[in-house]
Parts: sequence; C-alpha cells; structure tokens
Amino acid sequence: MSYIPEQAAMPPEQRKGKILCCECGTPIEPNPVNMCPACIRLNHRDVTDGIPKQATLHFCSGCERYFQPPSEWVHCALESRELLSLCLKKLKGLNRVKLIDAGFLWTEPHSKRIKIKLTVHAEIAGGAVLEQVFAVEYTVAHQMCDDCHRSEAKDYWKASVQVRQKAENKKTFYYLEQMILKHKAHENTLGIKPIHGGLDFFYATEAHARKMLDFVQSVLPCKYQHSKKLISHDIHSNVYNYKFTYSIEIVPVSKDSIICLPKKLSQQLGGISQVCLVYRVTNTVHLIDPTTGQIGELNSTTYWRYPFGSICNPKQLVEYIVMDIEPIMEKDKKIAPGKGAVSNRHVLADVWVVRASELGINDNPIHTRTHLGHILKPGDSVMGYNIGDSNVNDANFEKLDRNMIPDILLVKKYYGDRVSRKKQRIWKLKRLAEGDAAFDCDANDFHEFLDDLEEDPALRQNVNIFKDATKQISVDNDDKCDETLPRVTLAEMLDDLVIDDVEMEEAD
Amino acid sequence: MALRAQFENNNEIGCFAKLTNAYCLVGIGGSEDFYSTFEGELAETIPVVHVSLANCRIIGRMCVGNKHGLLVPNTTLDTELQHIRNALPDTVKVQRVEERLSALGNIVSCNDYVAIVHPDLDRESEEIIADTLKVEVFRQTIASKVLVGSYCVLSNQGGLVHPQTSIVDQEELSSLLQVPLVAGTVNRGSEVIGAGLVVNDWCAFAGLDTTSTELTVIESIFRLNDSAPSKITSDMRASLIESMS
Repeated sequence: MSYIPEQAAMPPEQRKGKILCCECGTPIEPNPVNMCPACIRLNHRDVTDGIPKQATLHFCSGCERYFQPPSEWVHCALESRELLSLCLKKLKGLNRVKLIDAGFLWTEPHSKRIKIKLTVHAEIAGGAVLEQVFAVEYTVAHQMCDDCHRSEAKDYWKASVQVRQKAENKKTFYYLEQMILKHKAHENTLGIKPIHGGLDFFYATEAHARKMLDFVQSVLPCKYQHSKKLISHDIHSNVYNYKFTYSIEIVPVSKDSIICLPKKLSQQLGGISQVCLVYRVTNTVHLIDPTTGQIGELNSTTYWRYPFGSICNPKQLVEYIVMDIEPIMEKDKKIAPGKGAVSNRHVLADVWVVRASELGINDNPIHTRTHLGHILKPGDSVMGYNIGDSNVNDANFEKLDRNMIPDILLVKKYYGDRVSRKKQRIWKLKRLAEGDAAFDCDANDFHEFLDDLEEDPALRQNVNIFKDATKQISVDNDDKCDETLPRVTLAEMLDDLVIDDVEMEEAD
Repeated sequence: MALRAQFENNNEIGCFAKLTNAYCLVGIGGSEDFYSTFEGELAETIPVVHVSLANCRIIGRMCVGNKHGLLVPNTTLDTELQHIRNALPDTVKVQRVEERLSALGNIVSCNDYVAIVHPDLDRESEEIIADTLKVEVFRQTIASKVLVGSYCVLSNQGGLVHPQTSIVDQEELSSLLQVPLVAGTVNRGSEVIGAGLVVNDWCAFAGLDTTSTELTVIESIFRLNDSAPSKITSDMRASLIESMS
C-alpha cells in the first residue's frame, strides 16, 4: 500500500515542511490524512477487503472452454485477454475500487491455478487515494459443459426428421438429396443417418427440424406425423425436456412405375386410364397414360385421400426391339368430351415390338400403343413392362376388365448398356455423405438416377450438375457414339470449387 | 497542560469554546460535561461563561478575542451582549463588529499582541480589531488558505499552523508574529486546527480524537509542559529563590 503524492514536482521554495505523523510521530510530508503509510494501513480498513483473493473458474476439459456465467462457454488461451476479462468478471467487489492494472502472474500450465495481479485505487477519508497491489488466485475446476455432456450421454440432438418411402427404388431419395444440396437445406443438421427405407436427419432445435420438414414438403409429395418424447421434466419450474420427431412419408411411387388408380381418382383426373405410368415426381406426381398420351398431376393431398401403390416397378422392366412404328395422326385420335389434357411433348404411336431375348425366334411382333413415338424408330431398344404376364396384386387392378389393359406398356427408350454410358458421362453430382455405404445401398439405382437426369431436362433444372474434371471430352470418340444419346449440355454444368494446396506448397 | 475534550460527541471543540488568557466562553450545550472540563481546569483563575451568539452555540467560530477585548458579530442579540459584559472582567472590552465576513473566529487569529486576518477584511473592521484587541494586524494567508482563523491557532508562546504550510511561509509568519510556529494537526490528522484546538498561555484543550503525538506537539510549541523539570530549574528558579530568601 503506498500513497501517491499529489504534488510531487514542486519548486523547492514551496516545498512543505515535514510534519509528525499523527499516530506514530514519524516526520512525514503532509498528506490528506496526515499519517505515515504504515499508520494508514493500521487505521484504515484494507481497501481490497471486499474483494475475494481466491476464486474458482470452471473449465470443460472436453472442449477446452471456460464457463462464463450465466450460461456461456468460451475458448480462452492461457494468459489471454479473454481469460483475464473472464477472471475479472469473477471478482465480486471490484466495482467499489478503481481498477488500474491487471496482469497474469506466471503459473505452471498444468497446475490448475491461475494467478492475476491487480492494482487498484481506492479513496479513503479526506479525499486521499490509496493504491494497492494484490494477487488473486483462481482454481481451475473441471466441469463438463452442456454440449459435452450431451454428446457424452449420446443425447446431442433435440429433434429429428425421419424421411421414409415405402417403395422399391431409391430414386426419389437421390432426387431429394440433390434438392437438399442445391438449396443447402442441410446446413443445420447435426447428423444424417441412413436407415433402411429412408434417412434420419438430426437437429439441435425443433425449429431447425421444422424448417427441414417444410423444405421436404415443398419439394416432394408427402405427409408427416409429429411426436414428442418426454426426456425429463422439472415439476418445480414447469420445465419439460422433449425430443421431437417428425416422421415424413413420401408417396410410395417413383418414376417409371406403373400404377393403378382408383376409379374415382381416374375420373377426377379427367377420365385418365386407370393404368398409368409415373413419368416424373417433383412436388406433385406426374402421370401419363401411354395409350392415349393423356396426362395428369396428383398433389400430396389428393394422393393421401386416394392412396395407391405401384403395380410394376423398374426392376421388372423387359427390353423390347421395335420392329415397326406408326405415329397416330391427329385425326385418328379418339377425343371424348370431358377428357383431360394430352401431352404435347409426347407423340402417340402404334408400335410393333419383339422381346429382345426372343429376337429371331419369335416372328410375331406384339402390337401396343406408346407415348414414345417421338424418339422411337424401327430397330431401337425400348424398355417396357409385360403386364399381361405379370402377377399383380392390387385391389384396383383386379376390378379392371383385363381386355382393356394392354399386354405391354413401353416406358422408356433404352440407350445401350450402362457401362458405356457411364464412360461417356463427363459430369458428376455432389453427395451428402460421400462414400457412405448405407446410403449407396444400390449403385445401380444411383446410375439409373443419373440416366434419368440425362434423359429429362425438366428434372435437371432442380439439380446442381458439376463438371467432372477427371474425365475429358474425347473428340475422336465423338463420331463413334450415338448422336441420339441424351446428353447434359456443358452450359448446364457448374465448375466445382477446387482448392489446390499442393501448388501453394511448391511456391513456398 | 493540554487536555482532551468533546462537545456532545463532537471533536471540533474550537467551534464551541473560546479560550483567552482573561476569560473562557463555552457554548450552551445539552450536556454539562464539556463545561465541567473547562471549569475544572480554569475556574480558579479565569471566568468560564456559558454563552450563545445570535442564538448559536458555535461561538468559537463567531467571535474573536484576547485578554484585552472581545469582538462579536453584529447579529449578536442585546441580551446576549449584556450577559457577556456582565460575566467578563471589566478590563475586557466587548464590541460588535459590522463585518460582512461575520464568522470572526474563522477569519481572525490572534494572541495578546498580534493578529493575522483574512486578506479581504474591511478596513474599518481591521481598525476595530487593532483598537479593541490592542494588537498589530497583518493580512496574511496560511498555506494559501484565506481562513486564517480556521487553519491557525496562536498563543503568546507559539502557534500551530496548517500542516501544508511551506517552510518559507512558516518562517515569514514566525518573524511577523514574533512567536515560534510549527505545522501540525489535531484530531488524528485533521488540518482544521482552529476547530480542533483552543489554547491560552497555560492551558490547551483539543478534541478527544487528538493523538498523543499531536498533543506532544501542541504542548511543546505552546510551552504547556509546566511540570517539566527544566522549567523549574530555568524559568521559576529566580522567583523561587526570591520567595525563599
């Protein structure tokens, strides 16, 4: 404790005479209390009286953060400004004195002790200002922070969104994945877990889960259920701790499935044939009747009012060879009044096909009608369902007159084997979980999804396609490959962000 | 002899008492303890009088006097003035002063021969002081403070001044007043000397908080340590020898 002289630099003629300290009689310079420092200390209470000389800091060893009351955890290096301010905040009585200086005293890093040296000014009776230097020792106590506690208890999520589709193929999921990537809907997810038949998304708050739910609802036809599970509650403060779960069910039909509509629904959709092909699933289900070219759209509400399943799935597709094709003229089409819209992009045609496996053996081509008249020519391969021979278990289908159902329904043109198509593909997609085995349960499904993207520009609109730098556009191969093969144009591709660290190192 | 006293739990006894070589005035208080302290010490030699000035008890700050006279502010009531005149010896002239700075005790400090006064004191008041108190008047400051009565106490033997008075100032004042001066404190470090201490040539009263160190300084500068053997051998020796012979 020392007294700060107010007029230290005075000319010698104005210098004060010494007086006797009023307590002990030692000659001293006059000061506001007219006492020597020793007597000041004896007579006046310690100015640092109300300030604790020891305190405790809470430190989480899991994430190496310090507790900042009331509820924050902050990263601080040893002897950093942040730690100093944290330490000073811990001292209670510091507002009664004027803090002049604060600094760390060196302590062993592993000693769990932090010492700081403080210089304070305090006013005592008579306007005298006392300066005092003192040290405060902090004990670093371990306390697990809430986040670490959560992760330690495997309890780090508060809300989850379960997305499920009770369907054979996963194309809808691949589509959803790409939509999520494009719209960055996965920003707040804590984790994504593939479960058979779907995906689980985990979130820290219910609001984030709700956002994901809204997103999925806006891109796919689906319905959801909400449930919450009580984890703990405090009856005294009326606090309840829940885990929230949103279970989303996506409509169980996907592209290239054949479905059988309930009679009522087919009437609602403008008298569309009950047996229809799903040709696209966006936020609505797009249907086409291959025999008439009539189209219809189903939103999720309508679907869940009259739910139906698929009767044929892409796994059952059979390859056929087109022997002959005759587009149906506009005048030959039967247009009944009250019929719904007819697709302009498809050309209705009579087609005679032979099963690829029976080519040359069976000389009787089978006649059917198709909506693919604009892309098929004699000699092409085409994929279709052999409904006549398939065993269908569907309540709606059984009520139909079998004579009204075509034996074969052609679905899509077949553009050669998958391997060669994969080779020529110079683009790629981003994935949510790269190399996740559970997510890629069927690589074929994913490649089929890529094929679909190439064939359907409308589907591509919603997907970010990236240039694949590892593949080159082979110029000399160009004339060899099929001109009719659907391609993704270069203009639709994005350049992927590549951070090349290697070059930087070489520059150094 | 220096004594400690307290006026109703207040250590600033200089406010409530005026002590000269010819009389002692004491403010009217609720408790007689303060009065008894003075009376026990002084009653044998000089009158100790209960007084109020303008119905106030802080008479020590309001009036100024020495063995020749007493000056009171013009707010003093006639009855009060009459009471003082009746109680004091006839040799003491009592007079009202029409001074704008009416707390005379704060602006004048005097012994029986000299007085230092506030630099802004009226010319007429200065003349009244010189005539009534029969002193030489000096306009001075003490440690750059104008309230000389508050920050300085004088007797014919010596004087105690504000602790921050520089050595040069002390020497100058000392040569003017012709008494030794010392810088010091009363009431445990208080620099308001006039409020904490009253003194005459043989006796001093200080506030109850005054430490022994301060009391020692007071006794030595005002030469109050009668009982010191040196005094017997030096000052009193001649008279003793005279009376015994």
